[in-house]
Amino acid sequence: MKTAKSAPRMVVDWTACDGRGLCAELLPELVSRDEWGFPLIPDPTVPAALRDHAERAVAACPRLALRLAST
Amino acid sequence: MSSAAIDKALWYLGRSSGVVSLVLLTLVVALGIATRSGRLLPGLPRFAVSAVHRSASLLAVVFLTLHVVTLTLDPQSQLRWLDAVVPFGSHPKPLWIGLGAASLDLMVALVVTSLLRQRIGHRVWRATHWAAYALWPFAVLHTIGTGTDIHSAWMLGLLAGCTLMVTGLVGWRLSTRFVDEADRTAGTQLPSRETRLLTASKGL
Amino acid sequence: MTILFDEHVQTGAEVAAYGALMGPSPASQRELRAHLVAHGAVPATDAHAVLRLAVDSGLTGHGGAGFPLYRKLEAVIAARGRAIVVANGAEGEPASAKDRWLLARRPHLVLDGLQLVARATNATDAYLYANHRLEVAVLTDLLAERRRSGLDPVSVTVIAAPDAFISGEETAVVSHISGSAALPRFKSARVTERGVRGRPTLVSNVETLALLALIARRGAAWFRSAGTPDAPGTMLLTVGGAVRAPGIVETGHGTPLADVLALADGPSTHLQAVLLGGYHGTWLTAEEFASAKLSRSELAALGASPGAGVVVALGAGTCGLVEMSRVMSYLAEESAGQCGPCLNGLPRIANELKSVAFGDGGGRRAVNEMLRLGGIVVGRGACHHPDGSMRFLRSGLRVFAAEVELHLAGRCSRTSGDVVLPTAVTR
Repeated sequence: MKTAKSAPRMVVDWTACDGRGLCAELLPELVSRDEWGFPLIPDPTVPAALRDHAERAVAACPRLALRLAST
Repeated sequence: MSSAAIDKALWYLGRSSGVVSLVLLTLVVALGIATRSGRLLPGLPRFAVSAVHRSASLLAVVFLTLHVVTLTLDPQSQLRWLDAVVPFGSHPKPLWIGLGAASLDLMVALVVTSLLRQRIGHRVWRATHWAAYALWPFAVLHTIGTGTDIHSAWMLGLLAGCTLMVTGLVGWRLSTRFVDEADRTAGTQLPSRETRLLTASKGL
Repeated sequence: MTILFDEHVQTGAEVAAYGALMGPSPASQRELRAHLVAHGAVPATDAHAVLRLAVDSGLTGHGGAGFPLYRKLEAVIAARGRAIVVANGAEGEPASAKDRWLLARRPHLVLDGLQLVARATNATDAYLYANHRLEVAVLTDLLAERRRSGLDPVSVTVIAAPDAFISGEETAVVSHISGSAALPRFKSARVTERGVRGRPTLVSNVETLALLALIARRGAAWFRSAGTPDAPGTMLLTVGGAVRAPGIVETGHGTPLADVLALADGPSTHLQAVLLGGYHGTWLTAEEFASAKLSRSELAALGASPGAGVVVALGAGTCGLVEMSRVMSYLAEESAGQCGPCLNGLPRIANELKSVAFGDGGGRRAVNEMLRLGGIVVGRGACHHPDGSMRFLRSGLRVFAAEVELHLAGRCSRTSGDVVLPTAVTR
C-alpha cells in the first residue's frame, strides 16, 4: 500500500531575504522575481520532479532565507 | 628513481603547489567578492558565480594540502607536521612558516563552516567568513617570507598581480559604490522614522 | 476633532448591571484595596480548573484575532519546556485605548488573569508588556504590593513596549522580551512551542486576562449570560471620530453596531463611513454599519471583523481619502523595514494615494498602481502589516469610491479642516 506523502512547500524567511535572486535562477518553474528582486512564488508546493532543484535552491541561497517545509 | 631525485621532485612540487595555491586563493577572494555583489559574470548566472567560488576554494584546498604534504615529506625543507598547523613554532623562520600555518588553519575553518552552513545558520557562518580577509594577507606574507623564488621576476610579477587584484576589489567592496543588488533603498519619499521623531522632538 | 479617551467611558445599563470590566462605575481600581472591595479575591483554582474555565466560558482573545484562549493554553501545556506567560498591553494602534485604560484603571484584574494562566500552564516566569505611555515605575510598585500581599506566586516583570505600531505583534513581543528589538520574527515554530528564549510562551491580550479574572470569580455560566451563544461575554471598544462622547465603551458580543455608537452618545453629525477594527481593519459605509452587529461571523460576510474593538466614525465634510492617505503614510513609516516587499511597496502605495488624495495629479494611473502594488505586498512578509494595511486601503477605496471619482475630476468634498484618524497616540 502506498502512503500518500504531503508535498513539501517552499517557504521564504522574509526577514532574511535580500532579493539576491539565486532561487529564481535555480527554480524558475516555481520562483520569479518582483520589481524589487524579491521572490514571487504563486504556488509554493514543490512537485516531486522538482524536489532536487528545490533543495539545491535552498542550499544556494546566500542568506539561507529559503526553507522546505514538510507540510 | 633515486632518493635524491625524489627529494628534488618533492621540493619542486612543494614550491610550485604553494604558488598555485596562492593564485587560486587570490581567485577565490575575487570570486567571493563577486558573489557578495550579486552581480553576474560573463556567461555565469549568480548561482554559478557562487558555485565557481566554492569549487575554486576546494581546488585551493587540494593544492594547499599538496603543498603541505610534499614539504613535510621533503627532508630539505625541515618542516615538521606540527608546524604546518600550529603557527610560529618552527625552525627556521618561525614567523613566515607560522603565517602559512595560520592561513591553513583559517582555510580549514572557512571550508568546514561553509560545508556546514545550513546547520550552523547564517550569522555564525558570516562571522567566520570574514576571516577570509585575514587568510589572504597571511598567505601573501608567508609567500614573501619563505618563498625561495621570491627574487625572480616572474614571482614578483605574480605577487604584484595578485595584490593589485585583491586590493582593487577590496577597495571596491568597501566603497559606497558597492551597492549590491540587495542594498536597494526603499526609494521612499517619506522621511524615515528616525528623522520624523527627531524633527518632532525639535518642534519643527 | 481629535480623539480623547482618558476620562470618558460608557457602558449600557444591562452590561453595567451584569458587572463586567467596567461594572457600575468606571472609577479607577488601581489601588489594591479598591480592587478587592469591588471584586473580592480570586478563589483558589488549580491548573486544571483554570483550563476548564477557559473551555466552558468560550473566552476568546481580545487582541484582534479572536483565537480561543483554551486552545492556546492547551498548546502551551502540551509543549516541552518550562512555560512563560505574557500579558500583552502594547496597544501599538493609535486609535485604540482600551488596553491602556485597563492597565490604568483595572490593572489588578489583568494581573490576576496573568497569575491564572501562569497556574494553568505551570509557568515559572511572567511578563507584563506595557504600552510605552504607561509608567513602568507605577506598574512595578503595583506588582511589589501584590507580591507582598501574596497575590502573585509567579513574579511578574514589567517590560515597556516601544512606541511602534507593530510592537504588539506576537513575535515582536517575544523578541523584545527575549532581549532583542521588538521586530516581528520568522516563525519557524509556533510561539506556544518556542517563544521567549526558546520556551513555550502564552501571549495574551490584557483584556482577555482581565475577563478571565472575572470568570474565575463568577463562573463560566455568568460570562455566557452576556453576548451570544457562539460569541459569549462582553468586549471593550474604543469609539472615536464623529461621535458626541468619544471614549471607551463596553458591550456584549452581538450588539447592533448602531447601539455601540449610541453608547458614545451617538453621531455628532451625519455619518458617511465608519472604520471598524483599526488601521488593519475595514471601512464600512454608514448604512452597512447601521445594519450590522458586533459579531465576528456576521461581519466576516462583509469582509470585516471587530478586531481589537476600534470604531472611528467619519462624518460628512471630512474627506475619507485624505484621512486614509495620512494613515497609509503612517503605516508605511511603521514598517519594520525587514522584508523587501513591505519596505519597498508600502511607501510607494502611500505616495500614490497621497497624489490622489491631495490632488497632486494622481489620476487613474495612481489608483491602478496602488492596487497593483497592493497585490504584490500582500502575504509576502514576516508579519501581517502589509496585508492589514491593504485591507484598510482596499475597503476604503470601495467605500469612498465616489470620493475617488471626485478627486480624479479635480474636486474634493472636504469642508472640515479637522483631522480625525490619529497617527500618534493622544494623551
